Amino acid sequence: MRVGLLYSRIRKDEKLLLSELRERGHEVEKIDVRDEQFGLDGTTANVDELDLALDRCLSTSRSLYVTRFLDAYGVPTVNAPETAAVCADKVRCSLALAGAGAPTPRTETAFTVESAMESIERFGYPCVLKPVIGSWGRLMAKIDSKSAAEAVLEHKATLGHYEHKVFYVQEFVEKPGRDIRVVAADGEPVAAMTRSSDHWLTNAAQGSSVKEFEVTPEVAALVETASAAVGGGLLGVDLMETGDSYTVHEVNHTVEFKALDSCTDVDVAGAAVDWLEGRASATTEVSP
Amino acid sequence: MSTVECVECGAEVSLHEDLEVGEIVDCGTCGSELEVIDDDPVTLDLAPELEEDWGE
Repeated sequence: MRVGLLYSRIRKDEKLLLSELRERGHEVEKIDVRDEQFGLDGTTANVDELDLALDRCLSTSRSLYVTRFLDAYGVPTVNAPETAAVCADKVRCSLALAGAGAPTPRTETAFTVESAMESIERFGYPCVLKPVIGSWGRLMAKIDSKSAAEAVLEHKATLGHYEHKVFYVQEFVEKPGRDIRVVAADGEPVAAMTRSSDHWLTNAAQGSSVKEFEVTPEVAALVETASAAVGGGLLGVDLMETGDSYTVHEVNHTVEFKALDSCTDVDVAGAAVDWLEGRASATTEVSP
Repeated sequence: MSTVECVECGAEVSLHEDLEVGEIVDCGTCGSELEVIDDDPVTLDLAPELEEDWGE
């Protein structure tokens, strides 16, 4: 197959994918989206005869727009632009998860400092303030007191982009010092790990320690539901343990898997390419 | 293993074999993150600073 790899930085994840694709004899067109222009009826990027384009953009804004453009040109993208749009926006993702019946942390959104404060007071302390767009645990705030809430809300209202004035308030989930990341292809788990830390944030990007996690039927069912809720694709589904069950707090559409790759015997890149091959052949079969 | 000059401090930066355009290498001397902008010949430039919307 001929695959376009959309990127602006080649991380270890992209190197693993590139290596796997090339070893299998697939033709890879690396497309640095920073170098290209995208018009209404065409692009400077070489997207001719691509069987699919794999979105690995580090920048969420680029990911959202470029997948939209390629979709408009008739190039199948992984993941689909709508999936990217839902996953990238925590409000939309929470709504999608809740709408699909997946357990997800209680969340409220408010648009002024005053109404956000009311929301926080209703949640009680601690609770969590998250940016609606963002990753790697950055700009997340665990709010332990009213004075902390006032300070963080004032900073968000004063310093940031308008998105920071969309106050996404969430219950604080007392997880057991870890969360679970499952990489899944159309809802089917590929491999999973726990991410543990003494800090309340357990993102791998924050330096948590990782360990392989055996996916239970309950987790697999939640992953399937969460994947379907955002439109499916190659995803990273994050869950927290709540004692007797789980809650799904995030779904990632340009999932990083190098940390997972380091702690499992599963060839994650290989499984991803297996799935891409199936996706490409399915797309080809339905094309006129 | 080949080397190339760091664009920030001028020190020699060691390069591994399977270098990819778009990859980041670190200068062991000054700590700068350097982006591979060409691989034939290898050309490095300062990598972009972290942006707010980066992630997964």
